[in-house]
Amino acid sequence: MTTHTDLTKAVDLSRKPKPLYARPTLLRHQSGLMNKMGTQPRITPTDAIDGVPVSELVAQYGSPLFVYSQRTIEHRYRELQSNLARRYPKVQPAWSYKTCYLDAVCRTYHKEGSWAECVSGMEVNKALRNGMPMNKVVFNGPAKDEPTLLAALKGGAVVNIDHFDELAAIEQLAKTHGLFPKVGIRLNMATGNTPRWDRFGFNLDNGQAWDAVRRLQAGGRLSLNGLHAHFGTFILDADNYTIGATKVTAFVNRLKRELGITLDYIDLGGGFASQNRLKTQYLPGDQVTPSLAQYAEAVTRGLSELDYAEHELPTLITETGRGLIDEAGTLVTTVLANKRLADGRRAVVVDAGVNLLYTAFWYNFEIETTAPVVGVPEPTVVFGPLCMNIDVVREHIMLPPLPVGTRLLIRPVGAYAVTQSMSFIHLQPAVAMIGPDGQHAEIRAAETLDDLVRNERVPEWIEAGPQPAAGRPATPGRPGTPVLPRLTPLSAADRAIRLN
Amino acid sequence: MSSTQTHHTDPQTATLANLAVSPTGFVFDPRTGATFSVNPSGRALLEGIRDGLSLDALVDKLADDFEAAGADLRRDAMEFARSLKDQGLLPNTFELA
Repeated sequence: MTTHTDLTKAVDLSRKPKPLYARPTLLRHQSGLMNKMGTQPRITPTDAIDGVPVSELVAQYGSPLFVYSQRTIEHRYRELQSNLARRYPKVQPAWSYKTCYLDAVCRTYHKEGSWAECVSGMEVNKALRNGMPMNKVVFNGPAKDEPTLLAALKGGAVVNIDHFDELAAIEQLAKTHGLFPKVGIRLNMATGNTPRWDRFGFNLDNGQAWDAVRRLQAGGRLSLNGLHAHFGTFILDADNYTIGATKVTAFVNRLKRELGITLDYIDLGGGFASQNRLKTQYLPGDQVTPSLAQYAEAVTRGLSELDYAEHELPTLITETGRGLIDEAGTLVTTVLANKRLADGRRAVVVDAGVNLLYTAFWYNFEIETTAPVVGVPEPTVVFGPLCMNIDVVREHIMLPPLPVGTRLLIRPVGAYAVTQSMSFIHLQPAVAMIGPDGQHAEIRAAETLDDLVRNERVPEWIEAGPQPAAGRPATPGRPGTPVLPRLTPLSAADRAIRLN
Repeated sequence: MSSTQTHHTDPQTATLANLAVSPTGFVFDPRTGATFSVNPSGRALLEGIRDGLSLDALVDKLADDFEAAGADLRRDAMEFARSLKDQGLLPNTFELA
């Protein structure tokens, strides 16, 4: 029998056993990377736009500042035009005004040969103001006002009808004015993308579009000369265009075969994605957004079965907006403050928020510094300058500590940001354009308080009357109550104060 | 974090000397802000290289500290030194004695 003493002699219980060996590892923490295919947080500064120092632009035009690159606008337009023209004999891009209707931008596209695609009377008038003849205006949208519609019909614009009520209204307008105009109808259909865009136009899949054509013919006033379809927005799968264009082609062939209708144009809208990154998008834009060549190939492949002789083919109209201009736009902003949030996250406050970037609600923009910044990048929230909780430009981005006054570049912001920006809490900033030779100019001046209040009116009973007592309606002329000073125009000195 | 930082004058291991290494293997490089995790054998090697041990001495240290029968400790030590170079924690000119 073994005693306790014997056991301690046999096994040294006081000696701690050595850990099992495993091959040594050294793992770098990849904070900020989304996966092995992702990109490194960008901390390399970009100090110039098209060769123009950002400091020079801000010194001249202020901050925040939208900057457009004419070189990029022209390059992207020519890339689209050439890619379509290589694959289809008759191509006519029409600049989507709503994407950015600054005159300098629109005129750049018109100089390149683009028509104007407009969705309101204001946009049509802007196109005319920019030198577009009415017969180079594409008039779309669900809410066309009657005066513009009449001018468009008389002037030979491409008018695409959105719904039956509009069809009837145009018919009545034509009768009233003795017109027999050519019109197009807008189609919608399933192309595989979601959400389905069926709020505009007549549905092709359920026969509504065919009914619209028969209805149009029965009226005896209008003749169909074109079809319009817009398959969605920010479409990342180019095959959707092939599916849609194939369906449109089948409809075009049926019109010719059964009703003897031949068309002048097929307008396949826009919807090409930029290299921006949707909040719901897993991979960055440069990895998933089809090239303009891929889009062009997808669109024209769907038109390959058109039953037309080559010289009679309808003109292919495109309305690409975002895919052409987004990368041409940059927003220069300045750091106002650094904060540490209660949950430990770093936050930075900049002078451009969702008042200028409504698009920040669905994009994760790139944010770059313009000069080297020392420090460790860490997860950072980028807030705008509004006294509003929702004013978040980026919810999460790896940034080093940014001293107050640091200039940042937010991009791409060429599409919709300017046209959707608002005078809310802060006035709207200037917009500059850099020309192909590095020259630059202001293409929209910064808004002033005078601009903001120009259309405001104060009724006389408020202007002249007394202040109402609490709980009582105002009684003009009642004595004994204070009278507000009359509104007066700002003095030159006051006007010089930058309130933005 | 308890640091095992020591003060070396050897420029070859100066970066390693400045690392803060916790007992659980969390490594912080104050020069770049980069952080790493090392397992126990990695930590033993990192500290051994920082202390100027030769390759033979590193192998002996692993053998003493771990149940490592059958393992190719020489190969592992050399590979680990390579990893330190890849991460910029050792200069590429560094060689184990």
